[in-house]
Amino acid sequence: MDEIIRFEHVSYSYPTEVAAADKDGAASGSSEDRSVTPAPALNGVSLAVRRGETVALLGHNGSGKSTLVKMLNGMLTPDTGTVTVCGMDTGGDPLKIRQQVGLVFQNPDNQIVATVVDEDVAFALENLGVPPAEIRERVDAALRDVGMSEYKSHAPHRLSGGQKQRVAIAGVLAMNPTVLALDEPTAMLDPKGRVEVMETVRRLNAEKGVTVVMVTHHMNEAALFDRVVVMDKGAVALDGSPREVFRRAEELQALGLTVPQTVALAQALGLDAAPLTEEECADAIYHAYKGEPHC
Amino acid sequence: MLKDITLGQYFPGTTLIHRLDPRAKMVLLFAFITALLMANHPLTYGFVLLYLTVTVSVSRIKLSSLFRGLRPMLFIIVFTAVLNIFYTPGEPLVTFWVFKITAEGIERAAFMALRLIMLISATFLLTYTTSPLALSDALARLLSPLGKIRVPVHEFAMMMTIAMRFIPTIIEETDKIMNAQKARGADFETGNLFRRAKALIPLLVPLFVSAFRRADELAVAMECRCYHGGKGRTRMNQPHMAARDVWALTTSVALFAGVTVLGRLGWFLP
Ligand SMILES: Nc1ncnc2c1ncn2[C@@H]1O[C@H](COP(=O)(O)OP(=O)(O)OP(=O)(O)O)[C@@H](O)[C@H]1O
Ligand SMILES: [Mg+2]
Repeated sequence: MDEIIRFEHVSYSYPTEVAAADKDGAASGSSEDRSVTPAPALNGVSLAVRRGETVALLGHNGSGKSTLVKMLNGMLTPDTGTVTVCGMDTGGDPLKIRQQVGLVFQNPDNQIVATVVDEDVAFALENLGVPPAEIRERVDAALRDVGMSEYKSHAPHRLSGGQKQRVAIAGVLAMNPTVLALDEPTAMLDPKGRVEVMETVRRLNAEKGVTVVMVTHHMNEAALFDRVVVMDKGAVALDGSPREVFRRAEELQALGLTVPQTVALAQALGLDAAPLTEEECADAIYHAYKGEPHC
Repeated sequence: MLKDITLGQYFPGTTLIHRLDPRAKMVLLFAFITALLMANHPLTYGFVLLYLTVTVSVSRIKLSSLFRGLRPMLFIIVFTAVLNIFYTPGEPLVTFWVFKITAEGIERAAFMALRLIMLISATFLLTYTTSPLALSDALARLLSPLGKIRVPVHEFAMMMTIAMRFIPTIIEETDKIMNAQKARGADFETGNLFRRAKALIPLLVPLFVSAFRRADELAVAMECRCYHGGKGRTRMNQPHMAARDVWALTTSVALFAGVTVLGRLGWFLP
């Protein structure tokens, strides 16, 4: 098995002001102080992701999704446990690890650095000291991969949200990362932009074999992934294929999540099925009422 | 309304002046200003004026745009000229009350005004024909030797780039917040200065909060893309001085130097 990402018993708490004050050695923290310490953001997470897999990360607000994503490229390192990416511990050389894991965030406006699209895509390579001619080539390739070649000399602020987010993806893609990690990349986009980004991500996975980890609140998007991981209180609550996970609608509801509309409909009709597309849904209903077996 | 604000006005174009290397243009501007300030003879002024006229006409920048740039400076120009008219000693032409106007004064005022106008026009010509990004980039490259004595040139250039990247975004956001506040009855346009300043507070507070959040997120995104300062950094667009840049630089600087020296030595015919 070709494992790209491995979390082993990872726990992490954000440093709190109380803890910082304690370190200063001022009036020693009483036990009351400790009781206010918030629950850890990650609490004993173990997780392995294979090369070329696409993983959707779900969970209600504050369940630790963003924290987990920031662990992938060493922006955060575990308090206890280890995170290994491509065989490297994420506590090692940050430049090497960040090249392997490209991180894309929610707000496309706040991750574009340059005033021209292709210069922004070149940013990471310039930082890595790649020779100019090679930068040019890789930037052109990255823009082609996200379908933004014709916009290469545009100003980023004139692009649509979906286009900006594709530029941001190209910006990390230029590093030729093994893993593409996206933290709610579609949250600020209109439906058209969401489709653009999802299609780009899926194509990158299919054509270039990029491993994808993506946080999302849209169940219909999650249904398109190979695997769904549901987080709760800093730990992995459910993990499996979309079909397996969405079948467990009651557990999901208890975790503050909904299921895709197609699943909700099938279950409202009392079917024991988790159809992920409209087609499947229609089939399941058809067969149920004809008394034939369904998926 | 706010969308009209731009940082230095740039008129894109493809003329020779537009295509010159921004560093060459900056050095040329510097040489031009030196020649202008050293000018002390009508013929030197004539030459400098001719040079500027030719450059402006090659750049196809409209004279009206150039004069628009001059307007805010009009007061300084007139003020300098008036001072020179009255305070230059010499044979008085007209005298009234405590004022006297001398022929030397008029001459000097005219030259002074001409000098200021040319200085400002030449500077505007640079900003009109060079994009702000190219300008800040060129400045950073020209100053890069200072990096050796620990002047943070790279940081300065990065700051300029980011500022220029975010100005349109923040202006858009300002417009949005203003409209939101107006919809709730905020009034930015009437009242005295104090009232208007006070009306700006509900605009500035969210704007600053959002700018800080943006800065935070941008810093994380930059770090994720392997940013670690200017050390070992390369650039995709390597500027190279083309033959035309070298030609423009050498001939112009030689002309300026020649004319200035001749003018100073008084070797022109009287
Ligand atoms: N910078 C921070 N400092 C302190 N605590 C933080 C910080 N960021 C997150 N937390 C806390 O860590 C926990 C997990 O946060 P995280 O951002 O990982 O959640 P999330 O699943 O991404 O939520 P969301 O869906 O809102 O993005 C939360 O309780 C949050 O309050
Ligand atoms: Mg989050």
